Amino acid sequence: MNLDIRWPMGILFVLFGVLIGGYGALSDATPIGGLNVNLLWGCVLGAFGLAMLWLARRGARQE
Amino acid sequence: MIKLALIDWALLALYFAFVLGIGWWLKRHVRTSEDFFLSGRSMPAWVAGLAFMSANLGAQEVIGMAASGAKYGMATSHFYWVGAIPAMVFLAIFMMPFYYGSKARSVPEYLRMRFDEKTRGFNAISFAVMTVMSSGISMYAMGLLLNLLLGWDFNVSMWICAGIVLAYILLGGLTSAIYNEVLQFFLIVFGFLPLVLLGLRDIGGWSGLRSGLARVATDQGYASGAWSDSWQYLGSTTANPMGVEWFGLVMGLGFVLSFGYWCTDFLIIQRAMAAESMQAARRTPLVATVPKMLFPFLVIVPGMIAIALVHSGHGNFALPAKADGSLNYDLVIPVMLGRYFPNGLLGLGLTALIASFMSGMAGNVTAFNTVWTNDIYRPYIRPNASDSALLWMGRAATVVGVLLSLVAAYLAAAFNNIMDVLQLVFAFINAPLFATFLLGMFWRRANGHGAFTGLLAGTVVAAVHHGLTLPAHAVAGVKGGWLETMHIYPSEMAQNFWTAIFAFSGCFAVTVLVSLLFAAPERGTLRGLVYSETPHAAEESGSRWTRTTTLGLMALGAAVVLNLIFW
Repeated sequence: MNLDIRWPMGILFVLFGVLIGGYGALSDATPIGGLNVNLLWGCVLGAFGLAMLWLARRGARQE
Repeated sequence: MIKLALIDWALLALYFAFVLGIGWWLKRHVRTSEDFFLSGRSMPAWVAGLAFMSANLGAQEVIGMAASGAKYGMATSHFYWVGAIPAMVFLAIFMMPFYYGSKARSVPEYLRMRFDEKTRGFNAISFAVMTVMSSGISMYAMGLLLNLLLGWDFNVSMWICAGIVLAYILLGGLTSAIYNEVLQFFLIVFGFLPLVLLGLRDIGGWSGLRSGLARVATDQGYASGAWSDSWQYLGSTTANPMGVEWFGLVMGLGFVLSFGYWCTDFLIIQRAMAAESMQAARRTPLVATVPKMLFPFLVIVPGMIAIALVHSGHGNFALPAKADGSLNYDLVIPVMLGRYFPNGLLGLGLTALIASFMSGMAGNVTAFNTVWTNDIYRPYIRPNASDSALLWMGRAATVVGVLLSLVAAYLAAAFNNIMDVLQLVFAFINAPLFATFLLGMFWRRANGHGAFTGLLAGTVVAAVHHGLTLPAHAVAGVKGGWLETMHIYPSEMAQNFWTAIFAFSGCFAVTVLVSLLFAAPERGTLRGLVYSETPHAAEESGSRWTRTTTLGLMALGAAVVLNLIFW
């Protein structure tokens, strides 16, 4: 395969995580039901993105 | 109407940029027609598997399954645990060796190798028309939803999305489409999971949901578990909101419709044909069974939460009504997005929805350009086309396919009934298909004349059955009964299941009879195409635990456990 999909996917989710999480941390909008869902979910997205990047790097090393 | 903030626009724009970027990156690797149509047969099983699952996961599926969750409750899971998993396992264990092993580039091409040219032509032409139509309907639904939800212009949103899809397929061919399907898969998971979590938190967890659903059921005159149990009330058609009984469900949905779709539809099989090896191709549907099994929690549960909230009056949750006063269940997902997601998450949810509309279109267009080029252009128009001519034709067919989809979208917008009728006709054509493949792969005596007349007969049987029956409370016409009403089914779903059962049986019987009237195919020609004529090379390498059969049985076992838990 000529492009490992995990690279672009990892980068996209890290960026999504940073944007959504950052927005949650900075905006003063009332949190929904007492939770800052943007901040929380931004962290989840970022972690998934990093995991993808890690897998992609591991895959590239094995080749 | 939902108001977007800058952050939501930024997320959407970022996604578009990535999609186009991936296409641009892949462009330099598309050199031959096999690269364009089959990703050079280079996909690892997990990528092909997620694309396989995702190609079926159009936005209509997400929206429709949430709507069914609200309408029918937990029994909607039958579309997954009964109507998908067994067929996917069957495909992996029994059928994939012939699809992949025959080196056919498409499902119609397999039909030509196994039967004859006319059987292939029938399948190729009806399939090509159908893909363009469903991609048009997907675009139309997207334009309508974005207009309703965000006030975007119907035309502008449709043309922009079609333009992006066109660009990335032209650049990267099937690989682009597959990569975007994988991306879309994760977007749907991460875009809708918070919806389920926040919804469950709001309604008081699973037990809160169950007690809410008990009220939904008793309000409508059913036993209290009718919305939260999947099998309990399938003994009679009047005990469950679907209006089906277990036999029609298992045979119609679980066998004929599900095997007919998962084992013969080129749109999804193409993803497995693009796999890097026979083992990867066989694992493709098995990889897909894992998310497929878990998806009910992601797409059906939001609908169940929504209807429970409506009936409890909790937090003034309401679903908009349709013109006739009934609830518009198709708006479950949009209404829930607006209720639970703040700006930020909203952009993510919206991106997931748009991504799945676009990949629905891309999946259809890539299947269309392959079938057109490989099964219509090459055999009937230019038999000696060079590989570069085929590649060129594939790109041209992509442009034409996108344009035809837009035409279909405008047709759908202008004449709703025409689309209903066309969809019905294709349902008739599809209903008998699995009988043809089953006999083709496992009965060497079946021949081309038998297969072709069997397909025609099955289609006619489906049409006649539909013309003679009617769902309860429906008016004769597009819903059935256009010949004469001889039988009334308790629901449209029951009628669909039985139409499929009749079509399959008709096709099966006629294929067998006609095949016996004509000469058997020559023995030497069936190698690699028919079960009994194909030497079963020692199964794949690896331990007993990682073999296709073992993995398939494990998937089946897991589906049984899920059915038992939610019995």
